[in-house]
Amino acid sequence: MNGPILRMIDIGKDFSGVKALDSVTLEVERGKVHGICGENGAGKSTLMKVLSGVYPHGSYTGTIEFEGEEAQFRSINDSEAVGIVIIHQELALSPYLSIAENIFLGNENATRGVIDWNKTNLEAASLLARVGLDENPATKVLELGVGKQQLVEIAKALSKRVKLLILDEPTAALNDEDSDHLLDLIEHLRGQGITSIIISHKLKEIRRIADTVTVIRDGKTIETIDMHGPDATQARIIRSMVGRDLNSMFPPRDPKIGAEILRVEHWNAYHPVDTSRKVVDNASFTVHAGEVVGFAGLMGAGRTELAMSIFGRSYGTNITGRVFKNGTEISVRTVDEAIRNGIAYATEDRKKYGLNLIGDITVNVSAAALATLARFGVIDRHREYKVADDYRRRMNIKAPSVSSITGQLSGGNQQKVVLSKWVFTGPDVLFLDEPTRGIDVGAKYEIYGIINELAAAGKAVVVISSELPELLGISDRIYAISEGRITGEVAAKDATQESLMHLMTAGKD
Amino acid sequence: MTTTTPATRKPRLAINFRQYGILAALVVIIVLFEVLTKGRLLLPGNVNNLIQQNAYVLILAIGMVVVIIAGHIDLSVGSVVAMVGAVSAIATNQWGFPWWAAVLLALVVGAVVGAWQGFWIAFVGIPAFIVTLAGMLIFRGLTLVLLTGGTISGLPDSFTAIGAGWLPGVLGELGGRDVLTLALGAITCIALVAQQLRTRATLRRLELPMESIVQMAVKSGIAVIAIMWLAWLLSGYRGTPIILIILAVLILGYTFMLNQTVFGRHVYAIGGNLFAAMMSGVKTRWVNFYVFVNMGVLAGLAGVDSTARAGGAVASAGQNYELDAIAAVFIGGAAVQGGVGTVVGAIVGGLVMGVLNMGLSILSVDAAWQMAIKGLVLLLAVAFDIFNKRRSGGR
Repeated sequence: MNGPILRMIDIGKDFSGVKALDSVTLEVERGKVHGICGENGAGKSTLMKVLSGVYPHGSYTGTIEFEGEEAQFRSINDSEAVGIVIIHQELALSPYLSIAENIFLGNENATRGVIDWNKTNLEAASLLARVGLDENPATKVLELGVGKQQLVEIAKALSKRVKLLILDEPTAALNDEDSDHLLDLIEHLRGQGITSIIISHKLKEIRRIADTVTVIRDGKTIETIDMHGPDATQARIIRSMVGRDLNSMFPPRDPKIGAEILRVEHWNAYHPVDTSRKVVDNASFTVHAGEVVGFAGLMGAGRTELAMSIFGRSYGTNITGRVFKNGTEISVRTVDEAIRNGIAYATEDRKKYGLNLIGDITVNVSAAALATLARFGVIDRHREYKVADDYRRRMNIKAPSVSSITGQLSGGNQQKVVLSKWVFTGPDVLFLDEPTRGIDVGAKYEIYGIINELAAAGKAVVVISSELPELLGISDRIYAISEGRITGEVAAKDATQESLMHLMTAGKD
Repeated sequence: MTTTTPATRKPRLAINFRQYGILAALVVIIVLFEVLTKGRLLLPGNVNNLIQQNAYVLILAIGMVVVIIAGHIDLSVGSVVAMVGAVSAIATNQWGFPWWAAVLLALVVGAVVGAWQGFWIAFVGIPAFIVTLAGMLIFRGLTLVLLTGGTISGLPDSFTAIGAGWLPGVLGELGGRDVLTLALGAITCIALVAQQLRTRATLRRLELPMESIVQMAVKSGIAVIAIMWLAWLLSGYRGTPIILIILAVLILGYTFMLNQTVFGRHVYAIGGNLFAAMMSGVKTRWVNFYVFVNMGVLAGLAGVDSTARAGGAVASAGQNYELDAIAAVFIGGAAVQGGVGTVVGAIVGGLVMGVLNMGLSILSVDAAWQMAIKGLVLLLAVAFDIFNKRRSGGR
């Protein structure tokens, strides 16, 4: 067969009004490795979910052609049936089952419901040989490291007679050696005629392995670059990834920066489970009154881990380092202590960590500062209502009343409830982790306005964001973080998306 | 300006419907059995028995609803009731404790049991299901050890009165009716209306939204009629059961605790979203610990009540009490995932089960069928709840 193995034409997908994909066109040549690059939130994962049938046919616009025929997948099973297999960032193996059981999970070698174990183990062994994994098929998956688990995932894909293998950030959690092995394997599979799509933030890897690269930005295809061509450089990909202009998306502000409020020195934290992995590596930074400081870093760079480990040691183990507020060292060992010391942290995942979704607006707004509304442990519910209603007006939370259940609000309004909750604790320093993720442009503008007001009121604001234009638009100063280390500090007016992206992708050389 | 969108309005109606739905179900069941038993269900003696026979479930349900709102479960309360009952019987019968000292001892034993289970759940992190399943066996075993297989009877009247006695008729009788009971009913009604009016005045002063005067009048009117009717029935039998006073205090106290205090709010916050509570500075471990200490104390009180009512301690006491309490809480609208539930709901749930029991007994329905019917009612109540949530566009 000739022609491209896959064509996705003019794909569009929106989530209750928010456009995730606008018009993406992707053409993948047979037997090649095709890279997909783009910032967080550009639409890469959404595109892959459309392709693999997670978002069924009919829930998106545009057409998909696989091997020259139009495909209308209604589920993952449909796409797997024709040979498209996706391996997600978070591995989907069952830890207490053996390698062989995992490889054939949902696809068992069985006659009338009875599994043929000899056949299963033999076939598993030959698949393991193909991916170069020297392990007994009966070994339980939880005994394997992440790198080997990744190989089991690929063996599982091969068992399904994969023609197009999609790898979403396959090396994000791997060390250099395992990454190398994985990339070798993908090249080896290419030799056997298996086409791969690889999504990665690590441009060095893309440079090494991809034959072509498609860049996606804001849900649109920007360009497709032939990586064997003369101008296929890392710099070009970066330019293409961040290329948009800073438009008038940000309310004007007039910074009045005062004295230093918070200083963190030599902060270290290790992964809570994999305790040998250093997640935050000797980070030091300062924030001043009236200042908005941005933390730029790609997913997994350690931004959230840095903020959470400072905020009452909510993340990590073996945390060391010192925190100073207004020049004196403070202890922030518990969340309660951090709040009492005037530090607030609005979490990245507002549904999981930020809100009581079955509670109404009132109980969420008061949740972190109930003590200020209570005497002898008894809450003044009238005052609580007043406070919540006051924030509803000030933050422009669109809801019929503060008795509305937060789970029923839109993302932007939920975020405003989270901000209200933290502003009500009367903090001097606010860490806002991805404050505008998943919310529409109008609500974003409002949240930028709130951030400006907080800074104007003399508070120190730290904004963690994956969106570089956002950081450049609202910050006074930006720290870049890569692999747990602060790799640069720049004044926002001197920074460009390209310069930040270089700092954010700076590896340990 | 704010607008009311249908998407946000519907679920609130559904919640109200759910709250009043279970109350309506109770009324329907009462009327149904009143008709089926040809008026025998609501004879004064039966109403009195309904209260005294079910007091233990209601006390346990109050503790259990707190546990379930926090997202846990407690399977051990039946065994704790038996053990505390044995301790209080030994204290009064063998050690000669006065009734109040025996009650105090029972509550302390309950608290220690709760602290033991709370420690494993809150600080070691073992799921409550496992810890209290173990507790179910441990405390049943200890009960057998305490009673060495036998029973202890012959408890002083001052002690048995807690479960099976009445307030003395100090105000005398009028036309064969106990005046004190009628007076207590009237005082309760006056307090209720005064409280309503006071809240209303505060809301008006602070310019906060409130229900319409008609709505308030109808609700208060129904409550007043129900209370006076109950007082009328009880006054025609032997007066006010002591346990009813204890129950009333518990219901008011725990409703206040859950609605008005920081501790109560933290219980809801933990059940609603444990991580969000943690990240808001709630000391989740200590809250969980005290939830179980509280359950232990109430199980102790239920132990006193059931021992007093039975007039003695037996090793097999309290069997399946945990299931009755859990059923009452879920019939009363609590959510299995935690974060939702009310004391009043749990009480109404307990009464639904109690009325079913009594009505079916009067009709001489076989005990085996009674059990099956109660099981079905539990299933249907929770199914109704889930159906309701789904219809109101659950996420």
